[in-house]
Amino acid sequence: MASRLTLKDHLAESRLMLNRSVWALAGVILLMGILLTRLAWLQISNYTHYSTLSNDNRVKLLPIPPTRGLIYDRNGRLLADNLPAFQLRIIPERTPDVDALIEELRKVVEIRDDQIRRFRKALRRQRGFQGVPLLFNLKEDELARLAAIGHRLPGIDIHADLRRYYPYGELTSHTVGYVGRIDERDLRRLDASNYRGTTHVGKLGIEKQYETELHGTVGHQQVETNALGRVMRVLDRTPPVPGTDLYLSLDIRLQQVAAAALGERNGAVVALDPTNGEVLVLLSSPGYDPNLFVDGISTRDYARLRNDPSRPLFNRALLGQYPPGSTIKPMIGLAGLHYGVVNPLSRQFCPGYYVLPGEKRRFHDWKRSGHGETDLDYAITQSCDVYFYDLARNLGIDRIHEFLAPFGLGHRTGIDMVTEMPGLLPSRAWKRRQLGEPWYPGETLNTGIGQGFMLATPLQLAVATATVATRGHPMRPRMIHARHRPGTDRSLAEPPDPLEPLAGISAEHWEYIVHAMRNVVHGRRGTARRIRSKRYDIAGKTGTAQVFGMKEEEEYVAEELDVKLRDHALFIAFAPVEMPRIAVAVVVENGGSGGAVAAPVAGKLLDAFFSEVP
Amino acid sequence: MASIAPSPFRRESGALTLDALFRRIHLDLPLLLGVTALAAVGLFVLYSASGESLESITRQGIRMGISFVVMLVLAQIHPHTLKRWTPAFYLGIVILLIAVLVMGEIGKGAQRWLDLGVVRFQPSELMKLALPMMIAWYLSETPLPPSRRKLLASALLIALPAGMIAKQPDLGTSLLVASSGLFVLFLAGLSWRLIAGFVVSVALAVWPVWKFLMHDYQRTRVITFLNPESDPLGSGYHIIQSKIAVGSGGLYGKGWLNGTQSQLDFLPERSTDFIFAVFAEEFGFLGAVLLLLLYLAVITRGLYIAVQAQESYGRLLAGSLALTLFVYVFVNIGMVTGLLPVVGLPLPMISYGGTSMVTLGAGFGILMSIHTHRRLLSS
Repeated sequence: MASRLTLKDHLAESRLMLNRSVWALAGVILLMGILLTRLAWLQISNYTHYSTLSNDNRVKLLPIPPTRGLIYDRNGRLLADNLPAFQLRIIPERTPDVDALIEELRKVVEIRDDQIRRFRKALRRQRGFQGVPLLFNLKEDELARLAAIGHRLPGIDIHADLRRYYPYGELTSHTVGYVGRIDERDLRRLDASNYRGTTHVGKLGIEKQYETELHGTVGHQQVETNALGRVMRVLDRTPPVPGTDLYLSLDIRLQQVAAAALGERNGAVVALDPTNGEVLVLLSSPGYDPNLFVDGISTRDYARLRNDPSRPLFNRALLGQYPPGSTIKPMIGLAGLHYGVVNPLSRQFCPGYYVLPGEKRRFHDWKRSGHGETDLDYAITQSCDVYFYDLARNLGIDRIHEFLAPFGLGHRTGIDMVTEMPGLLPSRAWKRRQLGEPWYPGETLNTGIGQGFMLATPLQLAVATATVATRGHPMRPRMIHARHRPGTDRSLAEPPDPLEPLAGISAEHWEYIVHAMRNVVHGRRGTARRIRSKRYDIAGKTGTAQVFGMKEEEEYVAEELDVKLRDHALFIAFAPVEMPRIAVAVVVENGGSGGAVAAPVAGKLLDAFFSEVP
Repeated sequence: MASIAPSPFRRESGALTLDALFRRIHLDLPLLLGVTALAAVGLFVLYSASGESLESITRQGIRMGISFVVMLVLAQIHPHTLKRWTPAFYLGIVILLIAVLVMGEIGKGAQRWLDLGVVRFQPSELMKLALPMMIAWYLSETPLPPSRRKLLASALLIALPAGMIAKQPDLGTSLLVASSGLFVLFLAGLSWRLIAGFVVSVALAVWPVWKFLMHDYQRTRVITFLNPESDPLGSGYHIIQSKIAVGSGGLYGKGWLNGTQSQLDFLPERSTDFIFAVFAEEFGFLGAVLLLLLYLAVITRGLYIAVQAQESYGRLLAGSLALTLFVYVFVNIGMVTGLLPVVGLPLPMISYGGTSMVTLGAGFGILMSIHTHRRLLSS
């Protein structure tokens, strides 16, 4: 019975086992079905999604920054260059002990503690296989010493880079400007995608004005990276488009001549080609070394420049606003002729002072003894103030304002430079708006000799001079002469941009004024006769601008005045008189007499211009 | 005798001879073929996952060799002998587990290893075999289905080692050990009512386990499982990258050695626990289907052996071993595809690593022993 029972149990157990195994197998198949469903969901339904994620993981777009365009002067002399600069980098992954390596390096090159601190900061941010810069701008002897020991120090890497260099230094600081490291403010302004990989951006001058062209277009490298970011292979490459080379209208030789002529004095020289507005010289002196700014100027250097009393950072040619003084007399004279207030035969007696009818106050002539009987020609040649007091009074401030504006005074010239000041051409409306006062007749007299409220930048004076030189056909001044896009031929810049011409002024009147200006240089009694030349004719006008208002009966004695309060010396000129090819404006701050100080600067410049250009 | 048999038998005699040969060396051909196929796939995937390292392949090959030897040896041991030694084996492992808790070596924040001077090993790994053997031994003494008293005793026999392993803490192995014991109970005819009751009580136990029994790192694993994006660079990284690898494999896969997720180091643990992601990335959905079918074949063969076994001990043990193998596969692939939380379980025969490979070999050996030591009524 027991054995029968066992046998029966055996069968039952066997059936139970089969039953349970089938259930188990069904469970296994069900769960496998769940796994397969999950796999199908991941691999088939969401394939695109995960495939994209996988590619995002591995494929990175690395920028290849373009090479910045070079800047030349009109004759192809290099003003802004890209020079190789060498960095000493350490690749942490390749050296067993970074500290020991630095100690070893210190035996051959000087490494300051602050450089090591900066290195350590950078080291924490970078991946082990990327080079971390330790020293910048290695000198040649340092390079040589590092090269000699490089083979036994694994983990050091000399990295070559291009760095902006301005070979003319101070001479181009106020024109070419400089590039500097991209900062927060630049980042907000720039197209981030095009500047990926770019470290420097134009901060001032031409470098800033033509930033887009100089920079070029970034290239890209599509690379496959591993999880650590190391590049495994290059998948695709779009080369960068290098920046455009620019040829400025500047003639750096003339710029040098102008700087030498100014010497240690503070001032500005601007020379234009009146026929097309091209700026031949744009000098503000003193300048500064733009190379200091390229990799960040030190606080000490910057403080030195900022605290320098001669203000080297100040661009006098574009931002300096000076009373034009007597340099506007030819234009006032032309207005007199044009409106018929005076004619070539009109004469005026100059006793050395002028009194407005019904007033006691005397308006003095620079020559206290007076010029005697004076016509317009003589008044310009001798720069007689009394003649122009009377002329200005007869013209009235409204006509003066209306007539002088087209010469480029009182508003920005529109030069292709980042900043310029508008100067000031006063009017009744202006005075009421700015000062809330009516216009007084005495102020018209001061305006007639370029004093009082009137202000102009050296560039504006040069444009006004060019306007006289072209007999009323001014051109917008500009710095760019030609472009050289990579892969193409050098091409001239856009055609000259004519400004509004002065219509309706008779040629006779123009020639009368030009002749008077010629007499300033070539006449027997001209105020700038010392610069006359036998080879070419110059038309010019001197100016001496008061910085400091003198009381009625005070005598101006330069020696007794503080240097800062001395008169500014001004001179404008163009040559040759008949077919003018150059128009110049010179301002020498606190230089004193225009004829004695400013005119010779222009004279040297003109000499150089006419000896260089056949 | 075969030589004088008539021709109708001659044809059969060749097959008989092969069958006889395998029976004599106690190997089961279908199971052996399945396991060998898995091992071969494993070496191929490992070659890719290890970055074409021949050294890894050699080491894994040696482990497979050892595993094969262990299988061969265990296949020779008669189930009766195995059964006789079962209580002692179980008791020995329990003592070792206590030893681990008292003086075990800490690795990766958990005490798992026992250093015996010459070898370091994980007693918990052997418990995967000892526990189902013990329960099978205990239940096979009396007719099935087991009585309530026996069930209660079995529950204690399961809870003791599972609890100690969970305390190490090694949640994955603990669950695996416990389930290997529970499978025996299921196969022995545990009533469906009790099964339902068990499932309900497990569901109710989730909160106290979460609150009082789990370690912080285990909780983190569960949280990241539920929302991997909560920590995309930390603990969620594994799951995210693994899902990307699997999903980007698509239907046909990126091809052997061409899986970008694995070759470019985005996939962590890609030779060990996450090797299935490498496989799925390089061989796609179709490859995964084939691999799962291969596992299904091996598991089915195990269940077939269980059904064919003539004694309760062998039946219960074989069935439990087959189902435990499935738990490995399900938990591992479920984890890699983001269905289950990250529990450190390898993919059997494919993941790189030693201890589990030897245990698996032993399990297959026991299965073969059970199948090849049957009394054949026909002969």
